[in-house]
Amino acid sequence: MPNTFAEKILAHKARREHVAPGEIVTAKPDYMLTHDNTAAIITKVAAQLEQYGVERPDMHIIVLDHVVPAANEKSAANHKKIRAYVQRHNIPHFFDVGRGICHQVVMEEGFALPGKLLVGSDSHTCSYGALGAFATGIDRTEAAALLLTGETWFKVPKSYKITLKGKLQSPASAKDLILTLIGRMRADGADYRAVEFHGAVATLSMEDRMTIANMGVEMGAKIFVFPVDRLTREWLSGRGFGPDSYEPIWADVAATYEKELEVDLSEIEPVVALPHKVDNVHPVGEAVGQQVHQCLIGTCTNGRLSDLRAAAEILKGKKVAPGVRLLVLPASNEILQEAMAAGIASDLVAAGAVLLPVGCGPCLGAHQGVLAPGERCISTANRNFKGRMGCKEAEIVLASPATVAASALTGVITDPRQGAIS
Amino acid sequence: MSVWKYGDDINTDMLFPGKYTYTCATTDEILPHLMEDLDPEFAKNVHAGDFLFVGKNFGCGSSREQPALGLKAVGIAAVVAKSFSRIFYRAATNQGLLLVECPKAVDAYQEGDTVELEAERGTIRVGDRTFSFPELPERILAIRNAGGLLPYTFKLLEARSAGE
Repeated sequence: MPNTFAEKILAHKARREHVAPGEIVTAKPDYMLTHDNTAAIITKVAAQLEQYGVERPDMHIIVLDHVVPAANEKSAANHKKIRAYVQRHNIPHFFDVGRGICHQVVMEEGFALPGKLLVGSDSHTCSYGALGAFATGIDRTEAAALLLTGETWFKVPKSYKITLKGKLQSPASAKDLILTLIGRMRADGADYRAVEFHGAVATLSMEDRMTIANMGVEMGAKIFVFPVDRLTREWLSGRGFGPDSYEPIWADVAATYEKELEVDLSEIEPVVALPHKVDNVHPVGEAVGQQVHQCLIGTCTNGRLSDLRAAAEILKGKKVAPGVRLLVLPASNEILQEAMAAGIASDLVAAGAVLLPVGCGPCLGAHQGVLAPGERCISTANRNFKGRMGCKEAEIVLASPATVAASALTGVITDPRQGAIS
Repeated sequence: MSVWKYGDDINTDMLFPGKYTYTCATTDEILPHLMEDLDPEFAKNVHAGDFLFVGKNFGCGSSREQPALGLKAVGIAAVVAKSFSRIFYRAATNQGLLLVECPKAVDAYQEGDTVELEAERGTIRVGDRTFSFPELPERILAIRNAGGLLPYTFKLLEARSAGE
């Protein structure tokens, strides 16, 4: 019987011949990610952790990234509590302040390998589908129980198949593609579904795939997943994970899907998601001219080297418009080092950018870069919900790094193709 | 009993702003901010036994569980929705909060209607109309009946260590 990716991997992990959509299976995730919320998670089960211990310490990955460096005494105390837990229970995979945004770190460190099953107490855990893993978000309580049992239940999702053709035409980017898809399918368009990408996947870089998979949850998906190809293998080999270190899983050719659609990449154009929903997607032209007070380039969606490079190409030798604050938030320490070595970081800073510590803070209004009432921010992040950046009377517009960089130069929402024309 | 009615795509930032996610974890800390950016009246006036009637994709966005924890703590009898977002569904189940997916009941509700829930029978009465909703899978029901995932897990561990 032909299987989708989700059916195949969940059957494998649950040690079953075959599983069907809707069925509930029990499986041991290969890894579970938690971040600053680890403090709240371990507090829920403090007594039980003392009594029973952590069932599988090597399953637990902790990355401190959401409020880093600590913004106040309370977050500092949370971080301290997490470090004590790591010591007490011998948690081997701990990454302290400054290593990077959790999702980037999980991929860089080789936890998110093809064919692996990962859960994380963060909704953007779905990012790892870029590398052919089954990865999905869970809540804090689920994470707390997983520390004690090392296993949980999974409902086998129905699957969608998206077949890509053609090639993205710069400056249209992976961000424009995923925003366009969410606009078409809506915020609940793939609720509880596994979404597989087929077709012209090879035209998308690994960083493109990470941007796309990162936003799967914004259309409700349980997972987004890409097949493992030459680019995946090269990316992993470059990080020291050769083909012997993983076993890719992919859908059978004859697998059947609840929905199939085709997307022509060459038709994708620069778009923006206007307030206050991610599926409120419009061609950038419809928003051109709207004033922006802050521009944010980075986050787990678009904080990788190619994103920073795209922005630097636009900003190099120029200055951010008066009255605009440009914040740059690289996704990891490694990326920051590469951006420094390549001169990208200095080009951005010379243009007037504020280089923030690698982490998540401004994206969720938790730390730095908070907006004031009446302000508008154009951002490469993944959510523009009301209040998301700390103020419910502010507006957030989502766009690609090129669109955000072009807007930073003019102080108004700008079509990145305008620069090319002039 | 009051019914609080909201529309489609109510996201977790509206239910509980992200800026409090790493400073508020207990119910005492969560409750004053519950629904802060959606409906400032909610936290002040909600009572145990109240219902939420909401549109599609309720709880979309972040995996933060404060919305589910808060709604359970104030004693919401059930969230009746056209559909739920996946992570919220799991988070709410793990708190033992009752979720009812029943688009017809949401559409039928008119201001002032009384609402009666018979969870065991899988029916909800809105005004003078009764709607049924599908039974939950055994595993999910067991978690909810135990009062949430942690009580369920603690019982499991006790049984396991007693058996050793």
